[in-house]
Amino acid sequence: MTAQGWTLIIVFTALVIAITKPMGMWLFRVMEGGRTWLHPVLGPVERGFYRIAGVDPDKDQSWKDYAVAMLLFSVAGIVVTYALQRLQYYLPLNPQGFAGPAPHLAFNTAVSFVTNTNWQSYSGESTMSNLTQMAALATHNFLSAATGIALAFALIRGFARREAAKNGMGLIGNFWADITRITLYLLLPYSAVFALVLIAGGVPQTLAGSVAATTLEGAKQVIALGPVASQEAIKMLGTNGGGFFNANSAHPFENPSAWTDFLQILSIFSIGAGLTWCFGKAVGNVKQGWAIFSAMLVLFLIGVTLCYWQEAAGNPNLHALGVAGGNMEGKEVRFGVAASALFATVTTDASCGAVNAMHDSFTALGGMVPLVNIQLGEIIFGGVGSGLYGFLLFAILAIFIAGLMVGRSPEYVGKKIEAREVKLAVLGIAVLPLVILGFSAIASVTQAGLAGPLNHGAHGFSEILYAFTSVVGNNGSAFAGLTAATPFYDGLLGAAMFFGRFFVIIPMLAIAGSLAAKRYTPEGAGSFPTTGLLWIGLLVGVILIVGGLTFLPSLVLGPVADHFAMVHGQLS
Amino acid sequence: MSRHAQPQISVFSRALLVPAIGQAVVKLDPRQLCRNPVMFTTGIVALLLTILLVLGQGFGSLGFQIQLVLWLWLTVLFGNFAEALAEGRGKAQAASLRGAKAELWAKKLLGAGNASEKVQAERLRAGDLVLVETGDLIPADGEVVEGVASVNEAAITGESAPVIREAGGDRSAVTAGTRVISDSIRVRITQEPGMGFLDRMIALIEGAERQKTPNEIALTILLVGLTIIFLIAVATVPGFASYAGGEVPVPLLAALLITLIPTTIAALLSAIGIAGMDRLVRFNVLAKSGRAVEAAGDVDVLLLDKTGTVTIGDRHATEFRPLTGITGGELAEAAHLASLADETPEGRSIVALARERYSVKETPLPADAEIIPFSAQTRLSGVRTARLFLQKGAVDAVLRTVPEQAESSAAAELQRISAEIARSGGTPLAVVSNGRLLGVLQLKDILKAGMRERFAELRKMGIRTIMITGDNPLTAASIAAEAGVDDFLAEATPEDKLALIRREQQGGRLVAMCGDGTNDAPALAQADVGIAMNTGTQAAREAGNMVDLDSDPTKMIEVVGLGKQLLMTRGSLTTFSIANDVAKYFAIIPAIFVALYPGLAVLNVMHLATPRSAILSAIIFNALIIPALVPLALKGVRYRPVGAGELLRRNLAVYGLGGIVAPFAGIKLIDLAVGGLGLV
Repeated sequence: MTAQGWTLIIVFTALVIAITKPMGMWLFRVMEGGRTWLHPVLGPVERGFYRIAGVDPDKDQSWKDYAVAMLLFSVAGIVVTYALQRLQYYLPLNPQGFAGPAPHLAFNTAVSFVTNTNWQSYSGESTMSNLTQMAALATHNFLSAATGIALAFALIRGFARREAAKNGMGLIGNFWADITRITLYLLLPYSAVFALVLIAGGVPQTLAGSVAATTLEGAKQVIALGPVASQEAIKMLGTNGGGFFNANSAHPFENPSAWTDFLQILSIFSIGAGLTWCFGKAVGNVKQGWAIFSAMLVLFLIGVTLCYWQEAAGNPNLHALGVAGGNMEGKEVRFGVAASALFATVTTDASCGAVNAMHDSFTALGGMVPLVNIQLGEIIFGGVGSGLYGFLLFAILAIFIAGLMVGRSPEYVGKKIEAREVKLAVLGIAVLPLVILGFSAIASVTQAGLAGPLNHGAHGFSEILYAFTSVVGNNGSAFAGLTAATPFYDGLLGAAMFFGRFFVIIPMLAIAGSLAAKRYTPEGAGSFPTTGLLWIGLLVGVILIVGGLTFLPSLVLGPVADHFAMVHGQLS
Repeated sequence: MSRHAQPQISVFSRALLVPAIGQAVVKLDPRQLCRNPVMFTTGIVALLLTILLVLGQGFGSLGFQIQLVLWLWLTVLFGNFAEALAEGRGKAQAASLRGAKAELWAKKLLGAGNASEKVQAERLRAGDLVLVETGDLIPADGEVVEGVASVNEAAITGESAPVIREAGGDRSAVTAGTRVISDSIRVRITQEPGMGFLDRMIALIEGAERQKTPNEIALTILLVGLTIIFLIAVATVPGFASYAGGEVPVPLLAALLITLIPTTIAALLSAIGIAGMDRLVRFNVLAKSGRAVEAAGDVDVLLLDKTGTVTIGDRHATEFRPLTGITGGELAEAAHLASLADETPEGRSIVALARERYSVKETPLPADAEIIPFSAQTRLSGVRTARLFLQKGAVDAVLRTVPEQAESSAAAELQRISAEIARSGGTPLAVVSNGRLLGVLQLKDILKAGMRERFAELRKMGIRTIMITGDNPLTAASIAAEAGVDDFLAEATPEDKLALIRREQQGGRLVAMCGDGTNDAPALAQADVGIAMNTGTQAAREAGNMVDLDSDPTKMIEVVGLGKQLLMTRGSLTTFSIANDVAKYFAIIPAIFVALYPGLAVLNVMHLATPRSAILSAIIFNALIIPALVPLALKGVRYRPVGAGELLRRNLAVYGLGGIVAPFAGIKLIDLAVGGLGLV
């Protein structure tokens, strides 16, 4: 580990802290439907959408209505994306004349982009037409991110509102108004500005398909180009992660320099961090938001330290052969060990899934960090929106146990946590292990599943485990090594993405509805303060123990066994 | 908790242990076991391994298999035993109560006269009138409609000093099984058969009617959720292992599962609940539901009647304040005479003070004296003889008797002194003799000893106390300040009390209320926790959700403590149970995977002898920890009135960190023993 590497991590941490409040203030205003300086221009657009769709943005929905609207919207998105891919050969804007991808691949890709996963079983530049890329995939980069943030808003309202109910069902906002406002006032302007910054940093933005070049040796080379910067911006800040190029952010056109690399990492955390502040503001005490932020930050720092340490330590077997230094396999020389470890940690803390290095080539324990990050539910700042609501599910469990331990019926930010909330939170949390472990187990015993991994032994198992972890967590990053474009993997992974997203969302929205209808309970001297160090420590502990205990056997058989093999000089 | 009225029954007395062991086996009945999903899972796994053992499909040596199966069954049995022990303790108490109820006969009145027939108490219905005479046991719960009697209520309260029960007023309720020791009363029965006080008390402590409280339900859900998650974690292991080219035998998976699922807390959960109820009864408080006890732990605001709670019920004369031109002796003599016939504690205190301060002679009332008793209309009392007409009473009432002096300087002085007294927290009582204003007596409430400390304790628990009084705001403020309550409600009517409770509840606070009178009944019913005094009226006892048999309102402090203790015990043992898993993982994971990846032997940080002894040790620890924690579950985690943060820090250190560390030591020790005894 170097001083330079640590400086990078420390400066990064400082900047995350610095952008949290401004971002949070902006998010809060968007959530409340408040007026911004964009309204003179975008206000008419917003109202136009409502008029066309016949939506009354002020009409609050119950959690069930909200969930139905969100599901309809998402399923419709899957259907349209599937159709556009399958029909791309017959549709315009297909200069290379790509045929429609196979049904399993189209299904997998449709679910992948709608669930904010952006798992790609294909190479973007050689599979999808420009129309598919723009109308289907790039659109969902915005809409799936907007959906995630809208869902976080719904849960925040559940905590913040007091006895907001109709017919006994809590009112948690209007889904249509939420996604419209988030897209118009947050994602579009933010990604426009960020895209310009990236263009300034050297990322191409053109409609030209490719250029032909002649190398020094005289060989002909076709270099793919396209509207890279615009897709890159939303890919990062919307925690989508689906790259324009197959090499993702390791590709020099997606990520040309150390500066673009740093800004890309920062943008992954920006909205997730801002949402914690927005939560605190909405419940009337910004310290509540900062407490959540701090717990996330602690988990992030643990992860990045472990990952950087392991990567910088490198592989003793290579040292023995005289290759000094950290583990550089699968890393860009432009970024080096520290920036790659930071990127890998951040992209999996959040459900981004963009990569600037190949996680498969990380050391066993270094590569375990991204794996564990996703297994915990990507709640460390997390996917836009999904990070906060996933984290709050753990907060409900933590406060329940803490409440019992201080002898008081548990309450969090003024809302009593009762059997219903505990049940739903457990349900939401159990989805992850159920789908990740269940599907990984299926893949490890079936013929079709065993055909996938590149490596054998513990490392091969890590590849399978990582794939299912990544899609269930809607991360989308790949450990690589796994041949996933088969009907077996496309189908199973697609289903896993769907379950991983919506089976968490439904109980979460039910909690939001149940909380919104509840009366506000002021904090008394007997209630446990959820702003101090003790609470932060408890949150971290509950997340690590509950999350850790669930996945420990699988981790032991994967990366841990892999690590000891490496230590003992075996190369799997 | 010093005021145990009933004898403690030791947890581990022979009389309780032996039947509990038998009950533990009886409780293996799947219909009973399935009420506890975690233990039910354990039972199923034990059964599965037994079947595998019988079929010869097990793993390892026969000795190892038998021990594994044995310890799994013991885990279930220990859980059953904990529950049976808690129930047994309640039953022992119930039995003594039932003794009181056994042979109750009633003299049921026929018509208006004293004619009665002897009937069995069980046949009495609500509304029946019965006659209870000296030496009789009261046959069923009811209300005195005629007469006064002293009653020994030791059967239910354990307190042998008799109490007065009389018709009308706030001391009219009588309880089945208590004995009239003097006089006779007519009682109207208020309970249908089998619904009485004793019946409910017996049912509650026996655990028969025990319903799970809201937090218990939520916790059960959490435990079931964890069980499912661990089930997934374990069930997927064979798949993963097969990828690694090996397989993990079913008995080992079963061992992993049972050590991971929260058996410790699940086994003790119902024992904690039953024991909590039992502690409450021991403490002479009867809760009508477990929900009420749990709610008590959450109380934010406590409403207390001033009289009888904050103060010792009666006011005492503390000073004579004569008007200008009148000596203290004159005033004292007049007050003495006016109070001679006044048998109230206030009247007696005036007489006593006059004799003590001004050496007023103990003269009897003149023969011709006509006593004018206090009436609510005039708010005056006094005495009239041929030449003397003395009256004492509320200041404005006294002034009204001399309307011609309304503008006089004497009246003005009287009012000035009265205001002064009121400001200092006293009650002024004016005296007028033959139309001449003499002066004012100062009556003061006497605070109960130790109240300040009790309220300070409540404040530390996070509970705000509000004193309710009929006094004027000035007096109320002064007493409130002296007693150290946080707030007061002066000149309170029953409607005011109800409105105050509703207002607090609207603000999201949980309200407890102590009361005894019929006019307290609506407030007791509205409050989240209503504690009725046993000496109170039947209406109050019906309205509240707890009855304090000792009629001590400050017992709320202990009730709150008990409620909190109940939650804390559950929370702490849950934390302990989950934290234990860390060590169990370190014991079992290397043991079952080391065959697949020899490198994983490094994870055997406890250096357990062999994989089999590691598995056996973890299972044995998992089973033995249940009986080891039974005393704690029955006694409850200690509650101290400190801030919530401090409480959590402490419990986390003890049960969280302790829960991580303890099993490392425990499993290692067991492993040494298992190795030493050559069990594997």
